[in-house]
Amino acid sequence: MRVLMFGWEFPPHIAGGLGTASYGLTRGLARNGVEVLFVVPKAYGDEDQRFVRIVNASDVEALYESGEATEALWKKVSFLQISSNLVPYASPEEFAAAGEAFVKAGGRRAGHGDAWRERYDFSGKYGTDLMEEVYHYAIVAAQVARDLAGTFDVIHAHDWLTYYAGMAAKAVSGKPLVVHMHATEFDRSGEHVNQTVYDIERAGMEAADCVITVSNLTRNIVITRYGIPPEKVVTVHNAVRFADSDEGETPRGLDDKIVTFLGRITYQKGPDYFVEAAAKVLRRVPNVRFVMAGSGDMMHHVVRRVARLGISDRFHFTGFLKGPEVNRMFAMSDVYVMPSVSEPFGISPLEAMKSNVPVIISKQSGVAEVLDYALKVDYWDVDAMADAIYALVTYPALARMFSRKGREEVTGLKWTNAAAKVKRIYERLAVTDTDA
Amino acid sequence: MKTISIFFQVHQPMRLKTYRFFNMGIDHNYLDDARNRTVMQHAAAACYRPMNALLLELIRSTQGRFRVSFYLSGMAVEQMRSYAPDVLRGFRELADTGCAEFVGGTYSYSLSSQAGREAFVSEAERHAAMIREEFGQTPETFFNTAMLYSDAIGETVASLGYKNMLVEGARHLLGWKSPNYVYAGAANQKLRLLLRNYRMSDDVAFRFSDTRWSEWPLTADKFLEWISGDRGEAVHLCTDYEAFGSWQKAESGIFDFLRAFVHGADAAPGFRFATMTESAEAHQPVGVLHAGHEVTWADEERDLSAWLGNELQQEAFGKLYAQADAVRKLGDPDFSHVWDFLQTADNFYWMATKWFTDDGRQNDANPYPSSYEAFINYMNVLSDFSNELERRRKGTEFDTDGCTCAAAATDARRE
Repeated sequence: MRVLMFGWEFPPHIAGGLGTASYGLTRGLARNGVEVLFVVPKAYGDEDQRFVRIVNASDVEALYESGEATEALWKKVSFLQISSNLVPYASPEEFAAAGEAFVKAGGRRAGHGDAWRERYDFSGKYGTDLMEEVYHYAIVAAQVARDLAGTFDVIHAHDWLTYYAGMAAKAVSGKPLVVHMHATEFDRSGEHVNQTVYDIERAGMEAADCVITVSNLTRNIVITRYGIPPEKVVTVHNAVRFADSDEGETPRGLDDKIVTFLGRITYQKGPDYFVEAAAKVLRRVPNVRFVMAGSGDMMHHVVRRVARLGISDRFHFTGFLKGPEVNRMFAMSDVYVMPSVSEPFGISPLEAMKSNVPVIISKQSGVAEVLDYALKVDYWDVDAMADAIYALVTYPALARMFSRKGREEVTGLKWTNAAAKVKRIYERLAVTDTDA
Repeated sequence: MKTISIFFQVHQPMRLKTYRFFNMGIDHNYLDDARNRTVMQHAAAACYRPMNALLLELIRSTQGRFRVSFYLSGMAVEQMRSYAPDVLRGFRELADTGCAEFVGGTYSYSLSSQAGREAFVSEAERHAAMIREEFGQTPETFFNTAMLYSDAIGETVASLGYKNMLVEGARHLLGWKSPNYVYAGAANQKLRLLLRNYRMSDDVAFRFSDTRWSEWPLTADKFLEWISGDRGEAVHLCTDYEAFGSWQKAESGIFDFLRAFVHGADAAPGFRFATMTESAEAHQPVGVLHAGHEVTWADEERDLSAWLGNELQQEAFGKLYAQADAVRKLGDPDFSHVWDFLQTADNFYWMATKWFTDDGRQNDANPYPSSYEAFINYMNVLSDFSNELERRRKGTEFDTDGCTCAAAATDARRE
């Protein structure tokens, strides 16, 4: 079984859970004997390629040919300067800044219109000309599918950014297409969806032979909000990857219990509810510290709220954390809270549990479907959240139980198993393909 | 005889380094030493050294008729001791002429007057002790941080034995009255108020080299003419020392302007230079000024909003002074030193979210990209400081109980 996979990011160059999930899945697939050819817009060269072959889309020479899929796509895509909240893992500010930083760093944006015979230079970031990049990616995808014809059996595309690429590859090769919904536009933007993104998501799912969702929560959204036939939609829960070696001891300078929020500080992640719960807990127990790790468009609002509640000597902000700092943060934590308003899956609680940290998660998260040893509360129920935090920092027996059982539970959530499920989907589609 | 008093504020905050949550409990060095050293040495080269030399020259060439007054913050003095000891010697030389006055103020350039009498008195007393030690003077005139004044502050200052106080000549305080007189305080009428002539002070400090200014170029003759024509008998020109050399660069001719102005005034009939205290002694108060609300020399509003205007600033300020008792009781010089630089008003100024119209005042020294970062960094430092205070307090208790020594108790907790 060979799969041509389209992604937008791959470790270590990731901005969010999408890259982590793609990586875990490809490893799992490799263990299940599936060959993965992973295409990303910009390969840096230091990606982990033990389990997967990375094709750098920037190195593919795209030949423009009229007709076929690209022509149709050309009509579907209009070039937009994106300044709204449609990007998966970046706030509008970060998003614009990333684009600027890319240009400053000497990167060249893919040209408009007629410069067809060229190597498209993708930034691989969520830049300002995102739609343009999505479109160019599709052209390159068609070329990749043509070049690699006969070397793959299935096409797999991760999230809307790569759906046009997947569709183009399908049109060129005639191979079945699987699209993977890691998040929907409703998760990112609430009810104020970006119509262009929604349309791409829907077109991708309609063109696909199978839609994989990361949770039943997402599956329901896909069925009810996008009108995709239920029989075509399969849930494959994410898993968590265990690093072979654990980091050394993290020096811990504080005696207080540490309660952590780690994620983008945006509406979707519910940072507000974490702050309110913190204030309630601190009214009862003084020896607790709250840490909000991450950055995002709600950061200033949250800082002001913390000041107004008068808890800023017990509520700390770390800014955006990178890989080793994230592990360090988990290692220092006594409780991890994920109060997401809407979370298609949510891998971070699994990472926390891996580090023996008891977790509190919102019922509005996909990960709640697979976890027993996690305290689950409604994201808006600040009292319940405060209660749960209070219990975990006050009753050591409870914390120990969640810590031990949680680690056991999360150990069972293996990518190999998730990938096996995906492989079965591939096999079913490949058989149907051969029959046709 | 019209008196002219020139007053300079000399202050450098001790800037905090980037102090993250991860540092807490482990790293208790909070200062950005390299940056503080660089800033002090730049200020010394651009302003302190040439100005000290110029003022000394003017005192000598006028046979002591030229007078000047200074407020030096403890923060500035401590950093001069470390990074520019020759500058401090320069100030002592000026003091030795008998023509330079060193007024009292807060030691840490703090807003402690807003944090209760005890905190304020402690700051004022430490500053006076420092002035006595460094310059051999006992201050009679008081300059509160950023010229912060109210009736209540005036009363406290008078109760400490000060005779005079510097006050911003704000329009909402003076109404139709001229700043060029000596006034009396409302709560204690023995306290004489010396009003800053902000228009003329700012003409030099902020506008001197501004070529778009309709009065550019400002000559010594023209400036003297303005002073001569302005109603009143006591003109108080008060600026940051760094206006000369740092804000207005040497190339703008600011030093030559000062030299020409002093010689011009010295030669002209009807003018006399006076220190702040001499100005208060030379004139009778012409009326009482009421200040129910705080007045400062900052911005258009001339109030406290630049330091304590938003919720971040108020929260940080409240959380800081909640530790005052613990610091005092501990009495450990190492902790008191941190306490000093955490009190410095600049920390709160950098958290301001209001728009500054005359941001030339401090912007070059701001180490933070945004007020939020300023707040977060400050609170991280303050939290660690409070935490260490608490640890030491517990340790001391163990010690006095005779159970174990403080160090052992701390070690035990760390294990």
